[in-house]
Amino acid sequence: MAKTHGIEAKGLVRTFKGDIRAVDGIDLRVEPGEIYGFLGPNGAGKSTTVHMLTTLLPPTSGSARVAGFDIVKEGPKVRSAIGAALQEAALDNLLTGREHLNLQCALHGIPRAERRIRSQELLERVGLTLAADRKVGGYSGGMKRRLDLALALAHRPTILFLDEPTTGLDPQSRSALWAEVARLAREDGVTVFLTTQYLEEADLLADRVGIIDHGHIVAEGTPAELKAQIGRPTVEAIPADGATPESIARILEQFGEPTGGSAKGVAVRLEHGVSDLAGIVRALDAEGITLANLALHAPSLDDVFLAKTGRSLEGAEEEEAEVEA
Amino acid sequence: MTALAQVGYVARRSVLRTARQPANIIFPFVFPTALLAVTSAGLSPATKIPGFPSKSFLAFFLAFPFIQGALFATMNAGTDLARDIQSGFLNRLALTPLRGGALIVGQLGGIAVLAFVQNCYYLTVGLIAGVRLESGIVGGIVLIILATGVAIAFGALGAFFALRTGSGEAVQGLFPLLFVGLFLSSMNLPRNLIEQDWFRTVATFNPISYLIEGLRSLIITGWDGEALVLAFGVAAVLAAAAMILANWALRLRLTRT
Repeated sequence: MAKTHGIEAKGLVRTFKGDIRAVDGIDLRVEPGEIYGFLGPNGAGKSTTVHMLTTLLPPTSGSARVAGFDIVKEGPKVRSAIGAALQEAALDNLLTGREHLNLQCALHGIPRAERRIRSQELLERVGLTLAADRKVGGYSGGMKRRLDLALALAHRPTILFLDEPTTGLDPQSRSALWAEVARLAREDGVTVFLTTQYLEEADLLADRVGIIDHGHIVAEGTPAELKAQIGRPTVEAIPADGATPESIARILEQFGEPTGGSAKGVAVRLEHGVSDLAGIVRALDAEGITLANLALHAPSLDDVFLAKTGRSLEGAEEEEAEVEA
Repeated sequence: MTALAQVGYVARRSVLRTARQPANIIFPFVFPTALLAVTSAGLSPATKIPGFPSKSFLAFFLAFPFIQGALFATMNAGTDLARDIQSGFLNRLALTPLRGGALIVGQLGGIAVLAFVQNCYYLTVGLIAGVRLESGIVGGIVLIILATGVAIAFGALGAFFALRTGSGEAVQGLFPLLFVGLFLSSMNLPRNLIEQDWFRTVATFNPISYLIEGLRSLIITGWDGEALVLAFGVAAVLAAAAMILANWALRLRLTRT
């Protein structure tokens, strides 16, 4: 039906009481079969965007088409084409996993005979067969998230919205979920719109990444393209006992401009890239400076975030937390 | 998929939820019958008041547990819906083709099932305790239908409050308010025997009085057309008003396009 359509938004705006512009004119395009990572700190406007694109919240202005349908004028058609796992795993603790799936399939109009098969198939896919008849209240966070994903897939949607699907999960559950999302896009051709505050998640999963801050998309491209915009790697030296950061900084600054490093170390962005590393080691050795550690950092999405917003993603998280407090 | 089928799925979930929460079952069964026992024992001398309509205060007071049980329905329907709002489950349902009306009616379907079982239990307790039903077996059936209708009406009111506030605590706060309303009715005495003018006036304007009097008429009078028409009428108006309000609140809550 809508497999040839992805997601397209133009000038999407959502304001709340007090003239708070949670989303402030977003333009984006997600191609069919693509995994689009929507990266940003808490309060950046990620979930509000997802709520608008999934028709749960009407936009204040702007327009968007999801699976080829207008999100304002064709809400029911959009909903029939999409699956969504929103920020909190919205489950009923008193129902079992299987009962959840049966209800979800039933409400999507899947015939009774097919419902059982589909439920079982999804339980197997997310590895919940053994826990299928246990009440969800006893599930771990990872199990709840997996069930949430299975519920979003019940009616075979062509577009999947995942709003911070791995927040609060242990590394093992996170990896399992990543594998399933990647498989959905690769094997089933599902378009995935994934919001996340984890750089690693966006880097690993997304074909393209949109970085959002204060309701604006500040950068967009493949992870490689975005990192290439930052270009050069940084090197960070941590002095051993006896060496002073000032003496190290004097040498490193010959190879590039200073940049933010850890509290104990000195970091510079290398003017000529990795080839400068040998020269740095020789210069430090010539001065008789001993180091506790010397690390080369390739540009990360956090560097992209820093370059585009003037803050690191982690710093932005703290800032948002302070504002909320 | 028909709206009726959707109502069935939601009602099934509501019944399952209720069945898995012992507190939601035990309290509506225990409290009303305990109050019935205590009050009918303590206030039995009231039957000696000239003009009191029954020789048995137990029979006179038997209408009370049906109404108190309906108040429990208000709380159950409301808190369940409020929990769905708080947990995000309502958003999950909103992403399916489920109609808003079917959600509310389905939720009330579960309440109706519980209320039906409760009402059968209250009637059985009364009969075992020696109450003779003046309207006979058919009257007993009408009694259960009326009491279940009252529970649906109160349940819709609970759903409205839940949808407006989105808070289970707010719905629970409604319970004592309705309980006061129950006491300010003809629950303990027929209206014509209430001596305090203000109390009688409040009881006369209190719709709960007419619900109680309708139920009571089937137990102690037999077939009293006027009392039954008033009781069914008040229950129907209350249910319709609460459903309209609940649907309006749902539209405000669900901003889906």
